[in-house]
Amino acid sequence: MIPVAFDYQRPQTLDEAVALLATRGEDATVLAGGHSLLPVMKLRMAAPELVIDIGRLAELRHLRVEGDEIAIGAATRYRDLVTSTVLAAECALLPAVAATVGDPQVRHRGTLGGAIAHGDPAGDMPAAILALDGTVVLQGPNGRRSVPVAEFYTGLFSTVREPDELVVEIRVPRTGATGWAYEKFTRRSNDWAIVAVAVATMPSGAVNVAMVNMAGTPIRATATEAALAEGKSIVDAAALAAEGTNPPADTHGTPEYRRHLAQVLTRRALQTAIA
Amino acid sequence: MKVEINVNGTATTADVEPRTLLVHYLRDNLGLKATNIGCDTTSCGACTVLLDGESVKSCTVLAAQADGLSVTTMEGLSDDGTLSHPVTAAFRQEHGLQCGFCTPGMVMAAVSLIEENPDLTEADVRSGLEGNLCRCTGYHNIVRAVLVAAGKDPDA
Amino acid sequence: MSILGTRVHRVEDPAFLTKGGTYTDDLTDERLAGALHLTLVRSPIAHATITSIDTSAAKQAPGVVAVLTAADCDLEPVLVFDRANKKMVRPYLATDRVRFVGEPVAAVLTEHPYQGEDAAELVDVDYDPLPAVVDVEAALNGEVLLFPEAGTNVATAKGSADPGAGFFADCEVVVTKQILNQRVAPAPLETRAAAAAWDDGRYTVFCSNQNAQGTRDDLAERLGVDVADVHVILPDVGGGFGAKIGADPEYVLVAWLARRLGRPVRWSESRSENMTGLVHGRAQHQTITIGGDRDGTVKAYQLKIVGEAGAYPAFGAALPNLTGMMARGTYDIARKHSSYVSVVTNTTPTGAYRGAGRPEATQAIERAMDLFARAIGMDPADVRRKNFIAPEQFPYEITDEISYDTGEYAKALDLALRSAGYEQLRAEQARRRERGDTKLLGIGLSSYVEITAGGGASENGSVEVHPDGTVTVLTGSSPHGQGHATAWAMLAHEQLGIPMEKITVRHGDTDQIPEGAGTMGSRSLQTGGIAVHKAAGELVELAKQRAADLLEADVADLVVDKDVAAITVAGVPSARKITFAELAAQEQLRVHTEWDAGKATFPFGAHVAVVEVDAETGKAAVQRIWAVDDAGPVLNPLLFDGQRHGGIAQGIAQAMLEEVTYDEDGQPLAASFADYGIPSAAELPSFDLVGMETPTDANPLGYKGIGEAGTIGSCPAVQNAVIDAVAHLGVDHIDMPLTPVRVWTAIQQAAGGAK
Ligand SMILES: Cc1cc2nc3c(=O)[nH]c(=O)nc-3n(C[C@H](O)[C@H](O)[C@H](O)COP(=O)(O)OP(=O)(O)OC[C@H]3O[C@@H](n4cnc5c(N)ncnc54)[C@H](O)[C@@H]3O)c2cc1C
Ligand code: FES
Ligand code: FES
Repeated sequence: MIPVAFDYQRPQTLDEAVALLATRGEDATVLAGGHSLLPVMKLRMAAPELVIDIGRLAELRHLRVEGDEIAIGAATRYRDLVTSTVLAAECALLPAVAATVGDPQVRHRGTLGGAIAHGDPAGDMPAAILALDGTVVLQGPNGRRSVPVAEFYTGLFSTVREPDELVVEIRVPRTGATGWAYEKFTRRSNDWAIVAVAVATMPSGAVNVAMVNMAGTPIRATATEAALAEGKSIVDAAALAAEGTNPPADTHGTPEYRRHLAQVLTRRALQTAIA
Repeated sequence: MKVEINVNGTATTADVEPRTLLVHYLRDNLGLKATNIGCDTTSCGACTVLLDGESVKSCTVLAAQADGLSVTTMEGLSDDGTLSHPVTAAFRQEHGLQCGFCTPGMVMAAVSLIEENPDLTEADVRSGLEGNLCRCTGYHNIVRAVLVAAGKDPDA
Repeated sequence: MSILGTRVHRVEDPAFLTKGGTYTDDLTDERLAGALHLTLVRSPIAHATITSIDTSAAKQAPGVVAVLTAADCDLEPVLVFDRANKKMVRPYLATDRVRFVGEPVAAVLTEHPYQGEDAAELVDVDYDPLPAVVDVEAALNGEVLLFPEAGTNVATAKGSADPGAGFFADCEVVVTKQILNQRVAPAPLETRAAAAAWDDGRYTVFCSNQNAQGTRDDLAERLGVDVADVHVILPDVGGGFGAKIGADPEYVLVAWLARRLGRPVRWSESRSENMTGLVHGRAQHQTITIGGDRDGTVKAYQLKIVGEAGAYPAFGAALPNLTGMMARGTYDIARKHSSYVSVVTNTTPTGAYRGAGRPEATQAIERAMDLFARAIGMDPADVRRKNFIAPEQFPYEITDEISYDTGEYAKALDLALRSAGYEQLRAEQARRRERGDTKLLGIGLSSYVEITAGGGASENGSVEVHPDGTVTVLTGSSPHGQGHATAWAMLAHEQLGIPMEKITVRHGDTDQIPEGAGTMGSRSLQTGGIAVHKAAGELVELAKQRAADLLEADVADLVVDKDVAAITVAGVPSARKITFAELAAQEQLRVHTEWDAGKATFPFGAHVAVVEVDAETGKAAVQRIWAVDDAGPVLNPLLFDGQRHGGIAQGIAQAMLEEVTYDEDGQPLAASFADYGIPSAAELPSFDLVGMETPTDANPLGYKGIGEAGTIGSCPAVQNAVIDAVAHLGVDHIDMPLTPVRVWTAIQQAAGGAK
C-alpha cells in the first residue's frame, strides 16, 4: 500500500518551513517522523498535495534547560528523550513515557512535536505533557504563540493549531527525577494504550494526574487531584479517577472496563509516585 | 525527484516519485531484495534497515527522507557473502530462522539493539524486538541468537 | 557415529542470512520480464448485489493496460471443497453478488504496482447491500441465504446431533458447555504472491505455496488445460501454516490473465488483502457434554460442532469431520459421539491452519476434562490419569480403518508434571490465594494425541550421485521453513557418507519433480524423508551390485566405507574401495523410489502452562510452559525443537491474543497487523522442552510428524491455566482469546452470580 502521489519539499530552515506552510497551508501537510502520517497516507485516509518535511530541521531538535523550564524542539525524537541525561535529572517522567511508545524503530523516527500535533487520544505524550502542565509553542506567519497544553486539544485529533502554524517547541517545568509514574495498560507490549495514567509531582507540590484514552482528548483526573489536595488517601482518591471521563468502546474494552482500569492504574501510579 | 542515498557503503542515486517508500527504493531501484514487506501498518518489522545506524521500518520512511543519509541492509553486513557478522552467525548457530521472511528485518533490529545496549538481558532482547514479528520460530531461538551475538550466555 | 539424531545446522541458512531468501516477489526470472502488475479491486461490503461496474475512468489512468471484470472472464466458477453443496461455487471475480469483504471484483493491470493502486480506486462499483449473515445462528435459521439457489446455508453436515437415549444415563455427573474455538488468521509473514507467464501453449506459474504438484493439478483443472501444460515453480516460501495449499482463486486468475493479456503477470497481496483474502482457520462453535462417575471415570463424551465455512466452502468446511474423528483425545471413553454442520456466512472462507481440525478436538476434550474434574472435585491430573488409553491398548482403534499407532500418554503427562514441579506450583497457587494476592497463579494441563500424514502417507524421492561426487536429492515434499534441505541431506549422508555440503536437495518444481504432495499435515519427514532414506538405501544396493564385479567380491560381502563414500569389502582393510563418484562416472547412478507407509501416525504429548493473572485488570501472562512432545525418534533436534517452538507460540497466541471478529454488517474488525494480535517476543516466555521418544511402526526410522504438535498441546494448556487461575472465584470457562477485558468480565460475572 502506498500513498496517493504528492509533492515533497524539505526546507532547510525553520523560516523557510513557516513561509512554505503559509503559502500552501491548506493543501500541505507537515511531515516530522512520519510515523502517524505515513501510515494513514499509505491507507489513503489522507492525501495531501504537498508534504513539507521538517524532520531534519536542526533548529527543532534542541533539548535544554531554560530557567524553570525545559524547552524541547518539536522534531526531537522519542529516542532522544529516552537517552537524554537532562531529562533524566530534570523531568524523568518524559523519558519513561517515551520509552513505552511503539517499538524501537518507531522511537527512532517519531517526534515529540508530531505526537503533540497529531493528538491521538490514545497517544502517550499528550497526556504526559498534560500531567506536567506543559506548553505548546506554535509559530506561524505572524510569529510565535504559546498555548498551555490543557487548552491545545479541542476534540478527537483536533487542536487549536492553525493550518499555517507549526508546533516548534514543547515546554515543561523542571519536575526533577522523582515523584512521577506512568502506568500504561496494553494488550501487547508495543500496542497503543487501552488506558494509561501519568502522574507528576509539580514544583509547587501539587500532584497532577492525566489519563490516556479516557476521552476524545487527554484529560486530567480532576476529582482525584482535588481529593489528594484535600488530603484523602491514595486509594480513596484513585477511586474517583473515572469521574467526568468519556472513554471509547472497542474490541479491547468497554467504557465500563476502561473506567475500572483508570481507577486501578491511577492507584498504582500514585503508589509508585508518591507513596 | 532525485535522491542520493549511501546504501551499504555505496553511493546510489535515482530519480523517484516523492511517494516512493524507502523499502521500494531498495528492492526495486537497487535490486536489494533481502528487505521484505510483511504488512502495511508499520507493525511487522520485516522491512527493518538501519538509517544512519538506527533501526527503522523502511516501509514507513520515504526514499526522499533518506536522501543524503546512509542506509544499511542485511546484504551490507558482510562484504564477502559469508556469515562474518556476529548477528547473522548467531542466527544460524541458534537456529533463529525458519522460513527466513522476518529474518533480514529481525537481524537489522538486533544489530541496532546491540549497538544501543551491549549489556542485554533476555528481557531486554524480548522488549527490544517488540517491533518485529516472526510467525515461525516462537522467538525462542531468535532471543538466544541475539544474546549470543551480544556475547551473553543464553542459558545463564 | 550416526548423524541421525544430532544437531546439524541448516545448510539453507547462509543464503537466507546474506542476500535473503528469494520469495516470489523477489524473482528476477527472465520468464517474467516485462510483467504487468495485478491489483485487485476487492469488495468493501460483506453481502450485496452488484448493480454495475464502471471501469472507464480506471482504464484512462496512467500505466493501465487492462481492467477486467467477471464479464470478461471465462473461467468456470469452482466448487473449492468438492463435497460441499454443489451450488456453492466461487467465481474468480464476483459476478452479480459479493459474499464477503475482500472478495475480488475487478482486476487492474498496470506497468507499475503504484499505478495499480491509483487506478483501482477509480473502478466504480455499485453495490446494493443485502443483509449480512455473520453468526452461525443466523446462517442456520436460513432467513437470508448466501446462495438462494442452494436453498440452505448448510455447506456440509454429518451425523445426528442427538447421541441417542441413554447416552449419559449411567453417569453420576454430566457437564455441558458451549465453547468457541475462535476464528484466527494464519498470517504467514510472507503474504500470497504469484507470477505467471504463458508461452508456447504452456503456463509457467511461480507462487508462494506448500505443494507444487497439487497446485499444478488444480491450476490445470481450473484453467481447463492439460496437466502437462502447467509448470509450477515454488521459490522460497515465507511460511504457510496450512493456508497456502492448492491453487487459490487469485493464483488461477494470475495465470489466466497472463494468457489473456499475452504478457507475464505478477501479483503480491498487501497484508490488508491477506487478512481477508487468505483463508482463516478454526472457527468452530462447539457444544461439549461429558459424563462419568465421581471416582473420575469418564463414560460418555459428546461433541457437537457448528463450523464456519465462510462465504465459499473450502477445506475448512471439511475440518470438523477430522475434529470429530479425533474427539476422544488420549482417553479410553466407552461412548463417544460427534456430529457437525458447516455453514456459509458472509465472511472469509476457512481452511487449514496449523493443526487443522486436531487443535479443535484437543481444545474441546481438554476443556471437558477440566470441567469434569471441577464438577467432581478431583485434581485435573488425576482425572486424566484415570482415563488414559493404556500402553497395552495399542493399536487403539478410533474408526473402522484408523488406529492410534503407539502412545504412552500417562508417561508423557507425568513427565511434564514432574518437569514443571506440579506439586510446588499447586502449593504456590494456594499460598497466593490464601494471602489474597492480586497476582493469581494458574496451572493448566493438556494431554494430546494428533494425527500426522493423515492426508496420505506416500511420497517419492530420488537420489543421484554425480561423477564429481556431488549428490542431488529430489523430493516431492517442499518446505516453507522446515529445513528439508538439511534433513534430507542428513538422511542421504547417513547411508552414503558423502559430505553434507556436497548434497543438494531440490523440490517444488513440477517439471523436475512431477509427483509429490508437498508439506502439510506434519507429513514430510515420515513420507518424503523416508522416501529419501529408502532411495539412498536402494542406491547403496545398486552401487554394491555394480561394484561387485570390479571388486571381485560377493555383493553380500560389500559395505559402504562412509569415511570415503565408497563401496568396499567388509572386514578386509586392504581391499580396494570404489567410490560412488567413480561408479557414477561409469554409468548414471540414480534411484527414484516411492515410499508408502500405508497409514498415518499419532504423535502425542502433554503440556503444562503456568500463567499469572492480574485479578484487578484481568490481564494474564504466560510465565512458563513445559512441553513433552513425542513424535518418535528425533532426526535433528535443532529442526525438531524449532517446530515445537513455533507451534507452541501459535497455540499461546490463539489462547491469549488472536481473533478475527466481524461486526454485524460483516465488516472485519481485525484486518491488519495493527489490529490483529500476533504476539511479539515481548509477549512470550522461553519454552521448556522435555524430550520423550516413542517410535511408530509405520516406517523404518520410527518417525512421526512434529509440525503441528506444539500448537495442539499448548493452546488448551494455556486456556486451562488462565481459567484455573480464577477458578476459585467461581469462573469455570472463558472463551479464547483470554484478553484482559474477557478475563475481567468473567471475574465480575462470577462475583455477581455468587452474591
Ligand atoms: C507501529 C507504531 C506504533 C505506535 N505506537 C504508539 C504508542 O504506543 N503510543 C503513541 O503515543 N504513539 C504511537 N505511535 C505513533 C507515534 O508515536 C508517532 O510517531 C507520533 O504519534 C507522531 O509523530 P511523528 O513525528 O511521527 O509525526 P508525523 O507522522 O510526521 O506527523 C503526525 C501529524 O502531526 C503533524 N505534525 C507533525 N509535526 C508537526 C509540527 N511540528 N507542527 C505541526 N504539525 C506537525 C503532521 O502533519 C501529521 O498530521 C505508533 C506508531 C507506529 C507506526
Ligand atoms: S513491512 Fe514495514 S513494518 Fe511491516
Ligand atoms: S522465520 Fe518465518 S517469519 Fe520468522
